[in-house]
Amino acid sequence: MSIPRHWRLQNQRYSMVGEVCNACGAKLFPPRDVCPECSKPAYEPYRFSGNGKVYSYSTVYQAPSGYEAFVPYTVALVKLDEGPLVSAQLTDVDGEEVEIGMPVEMVTRKLREEGEDGLIVYGYKFRRLLREEAA
Amino acid sequence: MLLKPIRDVGIAGYGAYVPRYRLPGSEVDRIWTDGQGGSPIEEKAVAGPDEDTASMSVEAARNALARAGLNPQVLRAVWVGSESHPYAVKPTSTIVAEAIGAVPAVQAADWEFACKAGTEAFQAAMGLVGSGMADYALAIGMDTAQGRPGDALEYTAGAGGAAFIVGPAEDSLAIIEGSFSYVTDTPDFFRRPMQHYPQHGSRFTGDPAYFRHVLASAQQLMDSLGTKPEDYAAAVFHQPNSKFPERAARMLGFRPEQTRTGLLCPMVGNTYAGSSMLGLTAILDEAQPDERVLIVSFGSGAGSDAISIRTTEKIEERRDRAPRTQVYVQRRKEIDYGLYVRYRRKLHMH
Amino acid sequence: MRDVSIIGIGQTEVAEHWDRSLRHLAGDAVLAAMQNAGVETADALYVGNMLSGLLTGQEHLGALIADFVGLRGIEAVKVEAACGSGAAALRLGYAAVAGGLHDVVIVAGVEKMTDTVNAETTTGLVMAADADYESIHGLTFVSINALLMRRYMHEYGVGHADFAPFSVNAHRNAVGNPYAMFRRPITVEQFGRARMISDPINLLDSSGIGDGAAAVVLVPASMAKEYTNGRAVRILASSMATDAVAVHDRPDPLWLSAVEASAFKAYQQAGVGPRDIDLFELHDAFTIMSALSLEASGFAERGRGVWLAEAGEITREGRIPICTMGGLKARGHPVGATGIYQIVEVVQQLRGKAGVNQIGNARLGMAQNIGGSGATVITHILEAEA
Repeated sequence: MSIPRHWRLQNQRYSMVGEVCNACGAKLFPPRDVCPECSKPAYEPYRFSGNGKVYSYSTVYQAPSGYEAFVPYTVALVKLDEGPLVSAQLTDVDGEEVEIGMPVEMVTRKLREEGEDGLIVYGYKFRRLLREEAA
Repeated sequence: MLLKPIRDVGIAGYGAYVPRYRLPGSEVDRIWTDGQGGSPIEEKAVAGPDEDTASMSVEAARNALARAGLNPQVLRAVWVGSESHPYAVKPTSTIVAEAIGAVPAVQAADWEFACKAGTEAFQAAMGLVGSGMADYALAIGMDTAQGRPGDALEYTAGAGGAAFIVGPAEDSLAIIEGSFSYVTDTPDFFRRPMQHYPQHGSRFTGDPAYFRHVLASAQQLMDSLGTKPEDYAAAVFHQPNSKFPERAARMLGFRPEQTRTGLLCPMVGNTYAGSSMLGLTAILDEAQPDERVLIVSFGSGAGSDAISIRTTEKIEERRDRAPRTQVYVQRRKEIDYGLYVRYRRKLHMH
Repeated sequence: MRDVSIIGIGQTEVAEHWDRSLRHLAGDAVLAAMQNAGVETADALYVGNMLSGLLTGQEHLGALIADFVGLRGIEAVKVEAACGSGAAALRLGYAAVAGGLHDVVIVAGVEKMTDTVNAETTTGLVMAADADYESIHGLTFVSINALLMRRYMHEYGVGHADFAPFSVNAHRNAVGNPYAMFRRPITVEQFGRARMISDPINLLDSSGIGDGAAAVVLVPASMAKEYTNGRAVRILASSMATDAVAVHDRPDPLWLSAVEASAFKAYQQAGVGPRDIDLFELHDAFTIMSALSLEASGFAERGRGVWLAEAGEITREGRIPICTMGGLKARGHPVGATGIYQIVEVVQQLRGKAGVNQIGNARLGMAQNIGGSGATVITHILEAEA
């Protein structure tokens, strides 16, 4: 069990809190303390809207340990409205419904369970916009 | 005996959540009675493999916050009522509080009273805000209910629920007029520790349990407030199926039109602690200002909470700050019994 | 700085070696390389390996293998850079000899991948990615490459079938390599029909995972003549570059900037350009990596890597033969050993000992080993000594 490793990332995982660079204004996710754009320190927390578009996606049929219960599941690179790309799962979708450029929104879901008796790890996933799915 | 705080309180925001998957009753019927048994409801909502009461509560809570237009830091309590908390020991409510940004100056606890854990939390929130201890408190009723394969409950045990932010009356989309609770020791339905599925008393769940408690709490609340069924624009009763709430409403003197908007059981099933609260969100989505709504929960074991609210003009600007309940209800992906068994972990993998 | 030469090579067949442990495989390759070089001892041993700890419960490979091959007491250490571990170890060996620290250095790469079941191996491979921001989301190593491939197909308007020539070429070349894992040709039709792993990547886009070990012996070029077994091959360039580990942290995911940096540093060091390279052992862990590597290494324009393959230019008869002994795809990809297999194969070609797979007039060969999906890239350029 790796409880502290997950616990310390809760802010990022639960609500997509990254950082903003006060020098050049770049929004950073994941947070990394040093701006990759201008190499200045970037410690200011910044909460992302969770809105973005699918940059690329793939449906996984052969899962690593801890993810077998979810196969097939779709992973994606999502281009957030604020700029950064983020790796995450798409949820509440069937692989064939996904396409590049599709607008998505962040939701909080179970990422994995550390076995039947272990920690449940929650974090961000993305889904098709609710209002479009219901339409 | 009326539960009414010193300070007037109301509902500052509400939010619903129903997962995307639907299991038609005909699927359970197909597997267990070769299609000969029929189904009490059309279909029920089923949580996806990455969903549980915590994740579903987070979304409902975010919807409630959006409607209330509040900074989560003003919440002094995050209370989650459920019979399907993801951990036996470790609060669902801390997960929700952390995810919505309400920590750390906040009370957090999980409530359990079968299907009325949510309204119980709601009443506690009324007390907390009504006493002046807090300005805002969040009460959630949410479940991913489990029925034993082949059991009558399997047709209806659904997933979903709702979140309510109780706040001062002057910042409310609905004023809470009062509440009444009616409780006895009636073991109509229960689940022992370490057991996956509940036991129930079959027809014993009807008259001595559901009807006795629901009718008593609703009637005594109306008597205390001096209201009558015709004073209410809408009413919602706990929905273990479609028949029970319809019959209870009829016996109390409500017309079918009054309960239609809140009756979601045929489409989403019995969402247990979420059931009557989810129905209330659907009613609030449609309600006009200055309308009375009656909500009556039922929890096995047994008890019923009745709450009377009256909407304010704030309801009109707030309701579309978050997705309406029907958006969730109409979003549906039908699954068959096999996928249902997999998603709900009824397959023994080891 | 001294010039460095490779005087001996050794390799095991890439296969499911059920009866051989990690130390036996490494020992087989090291002893073969020492015999090939005609050396009986060495000053240091560097071992490239990625997953021994997770998959076999064994770390501390430097001392373990040095002792196992009869070199107890020498300097020895494991080098890890995900799938780039092998070439990263070679670069360390190169630096030790070039810098004058040691005269005779053995560099081995070894990976034992079949001691565990599939899900554990999948778990191990994704350790090359960002654990906190990629792997936790259920991304696998294959799916990360699939994300790149899907985007590539989208941006450049190419289809899955357009990647077939990479796998067809690799399998064709593996037929003549007795050390290869899949010594049978495949057709374009078979490529299109293969089982999906993480769409659009199917089984025949993917390199085969197997057990294997390979080793080389390095000495200063000035000493190479003292050893008579086989022609020496000079290391003209050795360079390493890095990029963000997570694909999402790269501003332009379809451009492998570490491949570009590593390749062009190597060209500069060797005083050559892409045009001068006679064969290129690139890191074809997946077909998409072949296309991206050819582009960033200067053999094709951006988005044109697949067309280079389509035009037949990557075959043994083409302008820039790749995967001449089967590549990762068909020789097999024992991850931490792969970088050394590539070097061994370039040496075989430059010595003129590649058998039926021999490239005519091979004088300059390039090997490029990649850790992760492009985060660590090590490029070596080798030259046949006159």
